[in-house]
This record gives sequence, structure tokens and C-alpha cells, in this order.
Amino acid sequence: MVTKKEIKLSFFIGLWFMVLTFPIMVIKVNTITNTVIFRWPNLLWVGIVCFFASLIWNYLLRMKEEKKKADTKDDIPIVHRLLQNEKFKIPFLAALAIFFLLYPFVFSMYHTSILISALIYVMLGLGLNIVVGLAGLLDLGYVAFYAVGAYTYALLNLHFGISFWVVLPISAVFGAIAGTLLGYPVLRLRGDYLAIVTLGFGEIIRIVLENWDDFSNGPRGIGNIPAPSFFGHQFGQHDSVIYIYFIVIGLVLMTIFFVNRLENSRIGRAWIALRDDEIACQAMGIDKFKTKLTAFTLGATWAALGGVVFAAKTSFINPMSFTIWESITILCVVVIGGMGSAIGVIAGALVLILLPEYLRAVAEYRMLVFGALQVIVMVFKPEGLIRSVRKIYKFKKVKE
Amino acid sequence: MEPILNVKNLTMNFGGLKALDTVNIAVEKGQIAALIGPNGAGKTTFFNCITGIYEVSEGRMEITPPGKSTQELKGLKTNVVTERGLARTFQNIRLFEGMTVLENVMIGRHCRLKSGIFSAMLRPSSQKDEEKKAVNDSYKILEKIGLEQYVNEMAVNLPYGAQRRLEIARALATDPFLLLLDEPAAGMNPQETKELDDLIIWLRDNENLSILLIEHDMKLVMSLSDNIHVVDYGKKIAEGTPEEVKSNPDVIKAYLGDESEDA
Repeated sequence: MVTKKEIKLSFFIGLWFMVLTFPIMVIKVNTITNTVIFRWPNLLWVGIVCFFASLIWNYLLRMKEEKKKADTKDDIPIVHRLLQNEKFKIPFLAALAIFFLLYPFVFSMYHTSILISALIYVMLGLGLNIVVGLAGLLDLGYVAFYAVGAYTYALLNLHFGISFWVVLPISAVFGAIAGTLLGYPVLRLRGDYLAIVTLGFGEIIRIVLENWDDFSNGPRGIGNIPAPSFFGHQFGQHDSVIYIYFIVIGLVLMTIFFVNRLENSRIGRAWIALRDDEIACQAMGIDKFKTKLTAFTLGATWAALGGVVFAAKTSFINPMSFTIWESITILCVVVIGGMGSAIGVIAGALVLILLPEYLRAVAEYRMLVFGALQVIVMVFKPEGLIRSVRKIYKFKKVKE
Repeated sequence: MEPILNVKNLTMNFGGLKALDTVNIAVEKGQIAALIGPNGAGKTTFFNCITGIYEVSEGRMEITPPGKSTQELKGLKTNVVTERGLARTFQNIRLFEGMTVLENVMIGRHCRLKSGIFSAMLRPSSQKDEEKKAVNDSYKILEKIGLEQYVNEMAVNLPYGAQRRLEIARALATDPFLLLLDEPAAGMNPQETKELDDLIIWLRDNENLSILLIEHDMKLVMSLSDNIHVVDYGKKIAEGTPEEVKSNPDVIKAYLGDESEDA
């Protein structure tokens, strides 16, 4: 089960960590009484914990390698198997539908509100998945388009009193225009260079919003953004959260519907081909530039839609909501969920956004645990939580 | 009759290096032509030039697709060259690894299909029909090449010989009139090479294709080719039937070295 080599390795790792953590775990200086306390038992604990952690870690790594060797045929993730099986598909989806339908009525407003943010990230993740997961363009400034959407709603509402439902399509158009405008000059770059340029662009948008006071109200932001109305009827605070919840559910369903169709279309295949091999892709008659631009524009469109919902939900936005950290979180959703896999991205968004909220139980270690979990996922499942599976086409055997 | 590919005085400079120096190569309709030469002679560079991957320094590259007028390829983007009817394979296999075998072939159909983003999202009947036709056409191509048993496999999981054949299938899907094969037999065992030999001849006879291939396997080249072009150090040194080329002193010198140099 556990080899001698692993025990030896773990022993030294335990020892090494005892040395490393000695200054913080053992020595305690009391500056008031000017005394130094040595907490020797802590040293022992560090050693033991690290020893066993290392043992488990190495064991799991070995298991993973052995599993890879054992079956060359790649196994299909369980979710995909469930969805492919007609018998399970309907009850599975029905159970999911009932859960999400009843959720806001069973759980408190706080839980509903968290789920709304997670669902907004599902939208953003699916949008970015087109750009990063399918077309393979590393975009670190995705949040810029999210900001475009949010500010479109806030400003159009502030100056012209335009309502949520009218702004929604307008913002999609604005997002698409912003995506095209940025994409046009930068998509000639590739890989790391593209990442840096988009990173810069994301920051430019934020800094402009922060400093162009007359336009965006600067760091003070824009408040009193109205929640969406229902045919002219404005809900109270509690009902309004539930209403937004259902709007987001609707938008997410629409996103899944369209993204799913795009993935197995002429354009979607071109994106994946572009990601896999740019030169071969061009040699097969695909216009590289046009294909990249469509991916970028579509991604931006969904970010803008997400932005409008975000503005409506929080009723207050300022540039601080659109920092580089947002871009990175969305990227994490895509990478940890599974690049190019819509189901993976949905799972990734729910885990990544809900987990930190529910990890509040472990208080100050929250982000530490969160980070450790991300590392573990990437080590043991580098292809993401649920990896993508390509469509299977069935053919009747005509010739024999 | 006009040759279907007529390259005149093609020169390609990389900085100070002349990778190709006033090369003239013409391919006739229905011909299997071969381009041979020692390593680093500029064969793949030649392919990259005519397919628009490199921007050529000087020269003309004219194509005359069957039943159409003569067109100049110089300055066209790679994907436009493919649309005009030139399809190629690669020396080092370049399949789309994240896709199934069928999807790889469907990518080849891309430039012959029309549907865009909105029709992909809304799926009108025209898009559905086109998609269905693309799937069926691609499957037929796989049947022709003999890869139909792998149809839903990931391309990366295929055996080596099958990957090479898939590259040819993918190129065929673009409806070319001239197929450019860059070392199709590289790394194949004798059995696979034999099958490839049959496949290339079958393609010429049944698919109305002309073929230009780069190859190091001399047995294959000599048995297949109607016409052989030999390049060395970026210059064309010989042209002719396999027999003519075999006995050409310049070719022997390029491959085996000059006796006087060793002395």
C-alpha cells in the first residue's frame, strides 16, 4: 500500500516543515514582559501532521498514475454519463429544476442572494469559456466587459430613466461593440502577449471609470439603481431578490441553451480547431482573425449581460467592483471547472463562489482552505472538475 | 493546356538566407508530382510559400483550377488559398487533438459551409440541413479513406498510421483540386506505406485530384510519381520521370556527395 520510499520521503518532509515553521509555531515572544516562550508540543504536531499529509498526498498521486496506466480508454465523467442515459436524464433534470424552483422559498434571503451571485458567475464563466476554453484566447481583462454592462444600466437609468428590460438588449449590443473594438487591434497577438494586453485593457477601463468624474461619478460610484420591474410593478425588497433570482435563472438557462448549440456548430468547431492548432486551422480554410473576433465579441456580450444583472442586484456600483481580481476569479471558474466544458464551468462557478461563503465557519483560515482546495483540484484533476466531452454522432451501418 | 499549378521564379528570403532561389515548378492536371531533396533543401518552405503561410519575396504562383481561369496565389491568406482549392497535410502531424475524428474532417468542410453565429444559436432549418449534410459528407470521406471505425474516437488516440490518413481525409474535405502531401509516409511501417501508395493512386484516379508530394521514401516516390522535381540548397537541380532523375549526375551528387570533394 504505502512504499518504504514514501515513508522515508514523508519523514523528511515532516522534518523539513518542523524546521521551516519553527520560528512561527514554536517561538512566542511576549513583548510586554520581554519573555520568550518555546512551545515544543507544536513542533511535534507540525511534524506529525506534515508526515501524514505527505503520505496521503504521495499515495493519491501514485494512484492517479496507476489509474492512468490501467485504462488507456478515457472514462467519461459521471455527469455526462447521467445525461446520456435517457432513463436518468429526465428525473435528474426534473430534480434539478424543482430544487432551483423552490430554493428561494425554502432558504433565507441571504442564501438566495449568494446563489444569485454564483449564478451571475455561471453566466460570466460560460461567456469566458467561449473565449478561453473553446477558442483558447487567454483574456485577463474580461471584467472590463462586465463593467461595460453594469455601467450601461447604471448610466442609462440615471440619465434617461431607462428600465432594466430595455437596457438588457442594449447592454448586450454595447458589450459586443466593446468586444469588437478591443478585439480588432489585439487579436493579432497570441498567448502571453494577448493576456498582457487584455490585462492592461481591463485596468484602463477601471481607471477611466475611477477618474472620469463627470461621466461615471468616479470612485463614489452610482447608487439607487432600481431593481427590475415586473410589467411596471416594483417589488418590495424581499420579493425583489426572489424576482432577480428567477431572472438570473432564466438568463443562465438561455446562456446554456445558446452555448450548447454554439459548441457543436460550424463556428464552435472552428474555435476548438483554432485552440488546438492555429496553422493547421488556417490551412483547413478557417479565417483565423474572423473566428477569433467572433469568440471575443460573444464572450463580451455575455459579460455585459452579467454586468446589468449585477448592477440591478446590488443597486450600487463603483469601479472597485471591477478590479483584476474579478477577472481572475472568472478565469479560475473556467479553469477549475474544466476548460471548454459547459457543465464543468457551471460546477466550477457554484463551487468557487459558494464555497468561500460557506467556509466562513473556519473564519480566518477561509482563504487558506480555499486556496488549498484549488491546488488540490489542479493537481489531481488538471483537466478540471468535469472535463468536456465531444458530441457522439451515430451512423447506420449501410455497407458491410 | 495550362498546368494547374505553375510556380515561376519563386524566391524566399529569410533575412540573408535564400531558402528558395528562383524555383520553377509546374504540376499538370491528373499528375502525381514529387518534390524531393536532401534535408533542409527547402521543400517544406516551398509548401509554406504556396499555401500562404510565408509571404514570398519574389516570383509568381499561378493556379488554374479545372474549368476556371488562371489566378495568382501571391499575397493570399492561407485560408483563402485553401478555399481556392489547394489542400495540404503536414510533415509533423497537426491534427486537432481536442476533437473527434469526424469533427476533424468536418473542420475541413468549414470553408464550404455558410452558417454563422446567429444561425448556430437559432438553428433555422437551413442550418440543420447544412449540418446534417456536413456530417454525412465527412463520414463518406472517412469511409473512402478507411477510417470509419474510428469515427467517434478522439483524434489523438488513433494509431500513428491512421493519424496520417486522417490528415489526408481532413484535407480532402476541403474539396481540393490539388493535394499537397508533406512526407505522408514518414514514420510508417512497410505495410502502412504500401496502403498509402494505393490510397494516393486511388485518389488520383477516382477523386479527380492532382497530387504534389514531398517524400523521403525513395521506393514510394519512384513507384508513384509521374514527374519528380529535385531541389537542393533552395535551387531546383533536376526534373523528369523517375528514370531520368535516378540517372541524373547532379541528383546523385546532391544525395551522395561529390567524389572529388572527399579526395
